[in-house]
Amino acid sequence: MKIAQRLDNKSLAERSKVIRRHIIRMLARAGSGHPGSSLSTVELLVALYYNKLRHNPQLPAWPDRDRFILSKGHACPALYAILAELDYFPLEKLDTLRQFGSILQGHPCMKTTPGIEISGGSLGQGLSVGLGIALAAKLDKKNYRTYVMLGDGEIEEGQIWEAAMAASHYKADSLCAILDQNGLQIDGFIHEIMSSHPIPDKWRGFGWHVMEIDGHDFKAILNAYDEAEKVKGRPTIIVAKTVKGKGVSFMENQVDWHGKAPSKEEAERALAELK
Amino acid sequence: MAEMIATRQAYGEALLELGEKNKNIVVLDADLSKSTTTAKFGKKYPDRFFNMGVAEANMVNTAAGLATCGKIPFVSSFSIFATGRTWEQVRNTICYSGLNVKIVATHSGVSVGPDGASHQCIEDISLMRTIPNMTVIEPCDAVETKKSILAAVDYKGPIYIRLGRAAVPVITNKAAPYTIGKADILRMGEDVAIVACGALVANSLMAADTLLKEGIKATVVNMHTIKPLDQETLVKVAMQVNAMVTAEQHVLDGGLGSAVATSLARVYPIPIEMIGIDNRFGQSGEPDTLFKEYHLMPEDIALAAKKAITRKKK
Ligand SMILES: Cc1ncc(C[n+]2csc(CCOP(=O)(O)OP(=O)(O)O)c2C)c(N)n1
Ligand SMILES: [Mg+2]
Repeated sequence: MKIAQRLDNKSLAERSKVIRRHIIRMLARAGSGHPGSSLSTVELLVALYYNKLRHNPQLPAWPDRDRFILSKGHACPALYAILAELDYFPLEKLDTLRQFGSILQGHPCMKTTPGIEISGGSLGQGLSVGLGIALAAKLDKKNYRTYVMLGDGEIEEGQIWEAAMAASHYKADSLCAILDQNGLQIDGFIHEIMSSHPIPDKWRGFGWHVMEIDGHDFKAILNAYDEAEKVKGRPTIIVAKTVKGKGVSFMENQVDWHGKAPSKEEAERALAELK
Repeated sequence: MAEMIATRQAYGEALLELGEKNKNIVVLDADLSKSTTTAKFGKKYPDRFFNMGVAEANMVNTAAGLATCGKIPFVSSFSIFATGRTWEQVRNTICYSGLNVKIVATHSGVSVGPDGASHQCIEDISLMRTIPNMTVIEPCDAVETKKSILAAVDYKGPIYIRLGRAAVPVITNKAAPYTIGKADILRMGEDVAIVACGALVANSLMAADTLLKEGIKATVVNMHTIKPLDQETLVKVAMQVNAMVTAEQHVLDGGLGSAVATSLARVYPIPIEMIGIDNRFGQSGEPDTLFKEYHLMPEDIALAAKKAITRKKK
């Protein structure tokens, strides 16, 4: 189990830089993909995978593992980079992202990629899957936890709220949603496209325990993961304020960097900033 | 007279039995558990029954999550909601991942009756059949329904089982073997073959009786598994009779007839007439009235058989 070696915040920050560099290189090589969406998730995922999740890269199907579902599946380059760094598969595979025959499909595929819990890419479905896993844990009297990362555009899907209602009804307290609230979706700022605010109140209204944090601050993230574990009788959502494109100045908060790969020259500029 | 039982009743009873034997079986319903008959399971095994409320998309994906943990989820609602409302969830989360989820939907076809078109699902075979990895089954009676549910548990992977609301005659027997993907030849005759599924199998047998009175000998095939289609039996029968009728309670586009025609066209083309619903919605009425209106009666099948025979190459 990787959890044994908890990293301090400085090491987590270094890991995050490594992951961001992978993301830029992978997308530049692939020539397509979602840099902005991947970059906003990095601290949340690094903290989860290195310091919280009970998992075993040598035994991806270990029945008692904690589960993570990337419901906003288009951010999979961030997850692939972390899984590779943790030895789920060789680092070289990152160079094959989105290519014909690759184990790293354009969106998560559980059949081809070790460590992927469920295939994704279609928004709005992962929270329901997480609920199913939480119900199975309850039936089997196991204490593993299930984390689901959602996008703030993604939660415009009606199914998210079906799942929110059902998770609360079934008191799925092993379920923890992480909302990557980067304020952007494809066509623009969230508040321009669909007035979904106030988000925390909506989740509270559905019976969830809600925390609001800075999604790039390791101390806040890890505290939130710890607190979520202590909540009984209801599911938890961590509303994490993030910056889309975080870490690459010219991508930050730019709607155009949602789903466009950097050119060679742009990638070099990005990598220089991520030294 | 054959005993009359709705296939959905047999489903509820099969689940009860299975629940005892296999602790991995869990059942999900979306506020229709009395009609789909899963409520019986829910009463006996409340811990393994999840009423997900009127929220089918979430129900289907919750089942996916349960399946990733080794559970065998049976997901039920009316066909129109279980396949129409959730098609993309079934495709992207269940079938793409090859998850062991059983979607067993009731109230398919116009035999739903008075509820009318909104509730009479006549497109579900087509919807489910086009998804890679999916298996599609429509049992012809209560006895076969039970066998199909048992077989679905032994089969690893996604399955869609199509059931009905109205009582239908029991025409198969308990002892007969049942294998998913293996067609059942109920009667042999050399002039024409009728290939049917669901409630239309009984009508096809009646049609064969009528035809026999006029000296026409018909083979009747119960094609309970529409996907994967039993091509071997189909071609063998086609070569013997050289004229065929397909019969189903479904639109002609993408249903059993379409599957049979696609299959034979590539291997052994013969004249095929198709009994089914031709580009129309259903409507309110009693099942018998609707079967007449939509030309699903034994006499319609017999007429189609004669037409197919006249189209044979001399
Ligand atoms: C059901 C569905 N509809 C549309 C899309 C296309 N799509 C991909 S990403 C995206 C926007 C997502 O925004 P958000 O959830 O905020 O993600 P992020 O900002 O992290 O990229 C859309 C509409 C999809 N993948 N799935
Ligand atoms: Mg967003």
